[in-house]
Amino acid sequence: MIPSAMQTSRLPGHGARRLLRGLLLLPLLPLLAGCNLQVMFPSGDVAMQQRNLVVASTGLMLLIILPVIALTLLFAWRYRASNTAARHDPDWDHSTALEVVIWTAPLMIIIALGALTWISTHTLDPFRPLSRLEPGKPVPAETKPLEVQVVALDWKWLFFYPEYGVAVVNEAAAPVNRPITFRITASSVMNAFYIPALAGMIYAMPGMETKLHSVINKEGEYNGLSSHYSGTGFSRMTFKFHGLENDGFDEWIAKVKSEGKDLSRDAYLELERPSEQVPVTYYSSVADGLFGSILGMCAIPGKMCMHEMMAIDAKGGAGKDSRENVERLQYDNRHAERGDEAPGANGPASHHAPRSDKPSESKDHGPHGKGENSPAPNQLNN
Amino acid sequence: MFSDTDLQKLLFGRLTLADIPYHEPILQVTFAGVAVGGLAVLAAITYFRFWGPLWRDWLTSVDHKKIGIMYVVLALVMLLRGFADAMLMRAQQSVAFGANEGFLPPHHYDQIFTAHGVIMIFFVAMPFVTGLMNYVVPLQIGARDVAFPFLNNFSFWMTVSGAVTIMISLFVGEFSRATWLGYPPLSGADMSPGVGVDYWIWGLQIAGIGTTLSGINLIATIVKMRAPGMSMMKMPIFTWSSLCTNVLIVAAFPILGAVLVLLTLDRYVGTHFFTNDLGGNPMMYFNLIWIWGHPEVYILILPAFGVFSEIISTFSGKRLFGYTSMVYALVVITILSYLVWLHHFFTMGSGANVNSFFGITTMIISIPTGAKLFNWLFTMYRGRIRFEVPMLWAVSFMVTFTIGGMTGVLLAVPPADFVLHNSLFLIAHFHNVIIGGVLFGMFAGVNYWWPKAFGFKLDQFWGKVSFWFWTIGFYVAFMPLYVLGLMGVTRRSQHFDDTSLQPWFLVAALGVGLIALGIGAMIVQFAVSIKNREALRDVTGDPWGGRTLEWSTSSPPPDYNFAYTPVVHQLDAWWQMKARNFRRPVTGFQSIHMPKNTATGVILGVISIAFSFAMIWYIWWLAALTFAATLVVSIAHTFNYNRDYYIPAETVVRTEGQRTDALAVAGRT
Repeated sequence: MIPSAMQTSRLPGHGARRLLRGLLLLPLLPLLAGCNLQVMFPSGDVAMQQRNLVVASTGLMLLIILPVIALTLLFAWRYRASNTAARHDPDWDHSTALEVVIWTAPLMIIIALGALTWISTHTLDPFRPLSRLEPGKPVPAETKPLEVQVVALDWKWLFFYPEYGVAVVNEAAAPVNRPITFRITASSVMNAFYIPALAGMIYAMPGMETKLHSVINKEGEYNGLSSHYSGTGFSRMTFKFHGLENDGFDEWIAKVKSEGKDLSRDAYLELERPSEQVPVTYYSSVADGLFGSILGMCAIPGKMCMHEMMAIDAKGGAGKDSRENVERLQYDNRHAERGDEAPGANGPASHHAPRSDKPSESKDHGPHGKGENSPAPNQLNN
Repeated sequence: MFSDTDLQKLLFGRLTLADIPYHEPILQVTFAGVAVGGLAVLAAITYFRFWGPLWRDWLTSVDHKKIGIMYVVLALVMLLRGFADAMLMRAQQSVAFGANEGFLPPHHYDQIFTAHGVIMIFFVAMPFVTGLMNYVVPLQIGARDVAFPFLNNFSFWMTVSGAVTIMISLFVGEFSRATWLGYPPLSGADMSPGVGVDYWIWGLQIAGIGTTLSGINLIATIVKMRAPGMSMMKMPIFTWSSLCTNVLIVAAFPILGAVLVLLTLDRYVGTHFFTNDLGGNPMMYFNLIWIWGHPEVYILILPAFGVFSEIISTFSGKRLFGYTSMVYALVVITILSYLVWLHHFFTMGSGANVNSFFGITTMIISIPTGAKLFNWLFTMYRGRIRFEVPMLWAVSFMVTFTIGGMTGVLLAVPPADFVLHNSLFLIAHFHNVIIGGVLFGMFAGVNYWWPKAFGFKLDQFWGKVSFWFWTIGFYVAFMPLYVLGLMGVTRRSQHFDDTSLQPWFLVAALGVGLIALGIGAMIVQFAVSIKNREALRDVTGDPWGGRTLEWSTSSPPPDYNFAYTPVVHQLDAWWQMKARNFRRPVTGFQSIHMPKNTATGVILGVISIAFSFAMIWYIWWLAALTFAATLVVSIAHTFNYNRDYYIPAETVVRTEGQRTDALAVAGRT
């Protein structure tokens, strides 16, 4: 029924769980014909283990949930006022034996679930390199994971493939059964990087790096999205992720190389400006250290990189000299400086008529040029 | 010296005519509706010459019963607004597929889901809970009012000010688009310029002051003002749940206040606590807001637990099973609710040790919660269950909440959360517990205590209609969201590429339609009951065969609640008094010392609205003026020594005499 139900060999008691899993999914089956339950039927080993965990925990909990619901309905029916045949015991309010059961039964379930949680949280930690490709198929010792550097931009995804020196907007690919290491950051606000068929999500945050280790086991085209709200273009911040055979992946890289443009720092700064529904774009070459400087929030020339700031702080700060660094440490004001609409802008700053997609006619709320168009107090913009 | 623009800026800050959305069709209709409805209410008040009584007996009242009722009215009014937002969202999400953009651009849709969350939590659930606690707790512990009656009135008006501030954003400027918790950096000054986030900040900040003070007030009331003989372990269980809730409020709301102040500083004076700039750290905000936010969940649900405990015991005609373990469960939940906040952002990338610690503490909460469910079960066991409307809500709650609890524990398993977080599965889960737990609890409470508050029962037929539409509507609206979550569909999306999702959203929209009928039936229920109030009248003050002290006094209770302070010997004090053929004293009444009404709360409320409006629109002169006015009015109030009075003994004798006569007619003593 479920083709890869045996993938949790490292977790205990999978035989019983498989049964529970089957029982759980049974009522859902008729619904599945017409829809794509990606989370329940994923194509990557990590997502599959997470799916199994969802099913196993649900099964464990149903052990107690189903009796509670059944008893609720049974007691409600049996002890209805009109049923005078049922025993009435108005002063019965305590039973030590029952109380012990009442507290112990959930406790037992939670002990089991807690153990499952502790183990699975460690084995499925997104920062932990993979140890297997599929159940019973450990990662070969000589395998080098495919590194993909991911940047969540307003509102598109930029993927760097450092091994190949290329970059792609709004499309990603990986060869099947090769471990993938995503290094993830964002340019302005938070997002979450999520390919449901591949592995669970993790936040993409400006100035910080999160990691996700995963592997795709089946060829196919999968949905990717941002699953953390990030402003105007959030709903369309989607991309396709291709699981390809080795040859197919090489062809894809070759295609990116032949059709791609150059992603210079200037081109990146243009790309980074807020935009929606950006078509898939290939870049055959990438400026040196671009991902590192995006991660350090210093892609804009002159801005201070995170690691530099941290080095200064580690030495106890720059003292009086730090005044000179203030300008270099301001990253968020670039929307206003470039005249772009900020991701969450609303009236009067957005130049939108309130609650409308159409820009308002009166662009000149503020009369004095730079900074004045922003409703924020002047000191934020100077 | 001033050019025109500068003068305008000086007077009106950043407010211009262009910020009034008079050309937006949705807003025009809404505004017309509000204006017509508002005018009708004003006309009715004038026609019935109700202005005087409204001002004297209600708005300026320090009576905990009236304040409690006003809280619930606020909650019901705001429920309509929050639900209107929900209908717009469901309508948008049931059409916006593929090439169809729907009728709400992101700019508008984002405000609607933000407003929906903010309003439903802060201005529906919170006033509902606070209102019920305000009304019921003093009556249950045999007190004549809360510990600080004026503070109570002031807290209420602070909550109203917050609600009004949020409502103003509908017609002047815009509301926040940064979600109900306003996560930075998106909510920072650079990413969300404009007034939206400021409306959000000031609305919550002011309402939060009210909530905190009301929490302090109720703790003092419960700790210090219980009737003689009512030791802690003889307190009614609803009072226990209120005590736990208010402890949570007092411990948690200052954190919300503080984190909002930090965000305010970021937005107004250029600090960088949570921005990307100058080493600011948005992750800190996630932690701080959820250190408030998770206890908040229990602030809402614990009173509902209390309501259900009372109702299930009363309508089963049976003592509450396992009172002691119920109390310990409440206390354990109270403490544990501070140890779980990180489960709201497992996906932020904490290490496995941290994530599993918070996952497991979260699961542990389900142990006392499960124990409570079993206790309710065994309260029903060997009972004689009368299926009046409150009991229907209770049974529906037990089934619905159990399902919501299960999906909640599932989300507490970090790797499972990685695939379900921020998805519609999560949305289905928390609506499952907030509607199926909190809201059902509040509706049960309204049906249960309405006869106490107004002296007549609510209409059963329409109550049942409303109950069935709500229950069925809930399942139809939210079960599809569980499925959509398993399909990897994320929340807060204004548009979907995948047209195959549409049928599920259509079913969910149908469910919301059913809930709309449930709300309609509830309004009809109130109207029909008020119309037939003579037929539904209850003179005994004890229509359900109650067990706790609030049922020992008349319905509605006199201003002074109890002519004699009751003496408590056992749990379920009123039940015991009835069992021992308690005879109501009919002589020996004395004059009663009572607090006097005051307009200070209303005045401070209005000033606070003006202050937040001024801060939101950068009208600095008005902000300074209203801030000074707040101080002046508060200090002036401390010099008001005319704040108490005595209800003369004759009045007490007359009131109690009328009750004696009424009870004689009804054949009770």
